[in-house]
Amino acid sequence: MSVLDKLLPEFFIKVDREVCIKCGQCVKNCGFSALMQDKDKNVKPIHEKCVACQRCMYICPTKAIQIIKFPGTQKHNDYWKPEYIKNIKKQANSGGILLTAAGNDKPYPVIFDRLLLDACQVTNPSIDPLREPMEIISYLGEKPIDISLEFRDNKYVLKDNIKPNIKLNSPIIFAAMSYGAISLNAHKALAKAARECGILMNTGEGGLHKDLYEYSDNIIVQVASGRFGVSPEYLKRAAAIEIKIGQGAKPGIGGHLPGYKVDNEVSSTRMIPKGTDALSPAPHHDIYSIEDLAQLIASLKETVDYSKPVGVKIAAVHNIAAIASGVARADADYIVIDGFRGGTGAAPAMIRDHIGIPIELAIAAVDDRLRKEKIRNKVSIVAAGGIRHAADMAKALALGADFVTIGTVALIAMGCTLCQKCYTGNCSWGIATQRPELVERLNPDEASKKLINLIRGWSLELKEIMGALGINAIESLVGNRERLRALELSRETLEVLGVKPAGR
Amino acid sequence: MVTIDAMNMDSKQLNKKIKESIRQGHKEIKIINVLGQRFIGNGIQNSDLKITIYGTAGNDLGMFMDGVNIELFGNAQDGVGNTLNSGTICVHGNAGDVVGYAARGGKIFIEKNVGYRVGIHMKEFENNVPVIVVGGSAGSFLGEYMAGGILVILNIDSPKVMKADAIGTGMHGGKIYIRGDVNINNIGKEVVVLDIDDNDYEILKNILSEYGSKFNYNAVELLKDRFIKIKAISHRPYGNLYAY
Repeated sequence: MSVLDKLLPEFFIKVDREVCIKCGQCVKNCGFSALMQDKDKNVKPIHEKCVACQRCMYICPTKAIQIIKFPGTQKHNDYWKPEYIKNIKKQANSGGILLTAAGNDKPYPVIFDRLLLDACQVTNPSIDPLREPMEIISYLGEKPIDISLEFRDNKYVLKDNIKPNIKLNSPIIFAAMSYGAISLNAHKALAKAARECGILMNTGEGGLHKDLYEYSDNIIVQVASGRFGVSPEYLKRAAAIEIKIGQGAKPGIGGHLPGYKVDNEVSSTRMIPKGTDALSPAPHHDIYSIEDLAQLIASLKETVDYSKPVGVKIAAVHNIAAIASGVARADADYIVIDGFRGGTGAAPAMIRDHIGIPIELAIAAVDDRLRKEKIRNKVSIVAAGGIRHAADMAKALALGADFVTIGTVALIAMGCTLCQKCYTGNCSWGIATQRPELVERLNPDEASKKLINLIRGWSLELKEIMGALGINAIESLVGNRERLRALELSRETLEVLGVKPAGR
Repeated sequence: MVTIDAMNMDSKQLNKKIKESIRQGHKEIKIINVLGQRFIGNGIQNSDLKITIYGTAGNDLGMFMDGVNIELFGNAQDGVGNTLNSGTICVHGNAGDVVGYAARGGKIFIEKNVGYRVGIHMKEFENNVPVIVVGGSAGSFLGEYMAGGILVILNIDSPKVMKADAIGTGMHGGKIYIRGDVNINNIGKEVVVLDIDDNDYEILKNILSEYGSKFNYNAVELLKDRFIKIKAISHRPYGNLYAY
């Protein structure tokens, strides 16, 4: 190996010999093999392999381990950042596409952080959520413009046939993450929590494992271009079906699960040969137009006897409003719009970090357009990609979304420390891995409890926020931009967002 | 046996009628006067049901189907056997684009020609090996991203050197058999063209006798002619695409 092939470590593992009791837990727990023990049981770090997943730091009983940035440094340069130099060297070594995982971490301005929720005072008073009922139950699916009732058997009944809707106790959906990208235990935790909370989880494009069949009522199944695991059984075992066209982290890019992750279980769940790459290119080769999309939607509806909502997931890109309008007219029941901060198990770094637009702008543009075209009732809008807390959720709803999805948030609740190495399959936390000894670290019951707590916390916070805004029903929050004010955003951005500057 | 007259019915009505007949316990359904109605047989799971269709079937015939035996006397449009799970579809005529997209089981027999993107994303899984046989010629993008299964193009009454372009791009499993030859410039860089061996001959003999019995002639005779096999170089053609 020439010195040109070498890369400097990104992190430095400091082991405090004075404190270390040589128990070896850190060595066992590192999925990336960055720690070893010599014959005297002394812990030896291999700094080059460390990704700062922090598992060793959490596990060490005596807190003898510290992960710090590699102390060696290049000459200071604000333009040629160390990351860029490392990437250039990596590519010079392999000639490949730089791969990365999790969400876009570049310092683009965050619009959510420049939007403030306005509050009520005496003229229109706020509401006390501890005393007054706050309605956050949300329905996924097409809503009728009006309904007519009939008096029959001493009660009023609906006269019209309403398209299928799913009732969710909170406007939150666990984002699409496939079995393959994440472990079966992680999937089980999500499904369990979704059922417990009365919300939905999404299988992503990885098929539906038999162990999840019992959670059918709380599962959205995805149909992507590779059609992995898509069978009549799969479609019938779901509460809703979602056609995946695009993904925020990699708009215009398909999925690619490397063959080494396709073990027996993944192979039988995806219904593909073991050990082969699972290729799911961006275009569905039976969809080349809105008419083709309409046909796939119709075909899926026909397959499940029009009993379930069929949604479409698209990435937030330029012209998103026109695209969403087409999707709504193609008879989708809901549209997921995934912003450029959406997470991923693996994506080319250049695509993840430089393609797509922020979810805030996309949601506002779509809601606005659909209202102007008088078809807003035809679809539920789901904002996805980069929602971090309940206030982001409330802001997304005020901009025009009916629901938000949470992916990265759910993973963090289950233990993820955002080391961004999901694509290696070595996740020390047992989440983004198929290695049996790592997968078993994630206890589905324990992880689902964390998720349940999280959904409860966010739901309570949403109610508090609504109270402050003087709103007692979620429908009154959706698209209510009067409840938002912007701080230091350009006139053009405000125009797209439809939000007034703070002070007006 | 029940007969449904599809005249003046839209797709939704026709499919409702078919499902009703299945619920009533009919094992054989005959549909006449089909004029482009879509989604016939979609998502039906039934291993001893036979549907016979007279007329021109519309798009997505037998999509997501699991176990049904469909025989169509007439032409089919796009998406025959799209994401087929199992079952048999036999078309006495031509079919359009995307035949057998992502099929992971079952058999599709097309008597005459097919359009573009046939057998794309076809897979195989455990004992499920989908088979598509086309009597005539096929358009470009044949068997792209194929991960398994068997695709046979017989080129009866067609030029013996296929004109289709981008055959087997991204292919990483399965086999394409062609009666005749391909131009080396028209195949994806992920595949190789080989002569068939004894094992292939046996596979083809079985498939062609089944194909022949569907259309009532001795298709095995065709094996006297030259056949080639296209298969993937690697199960992981893009394994070296990334810098880790």
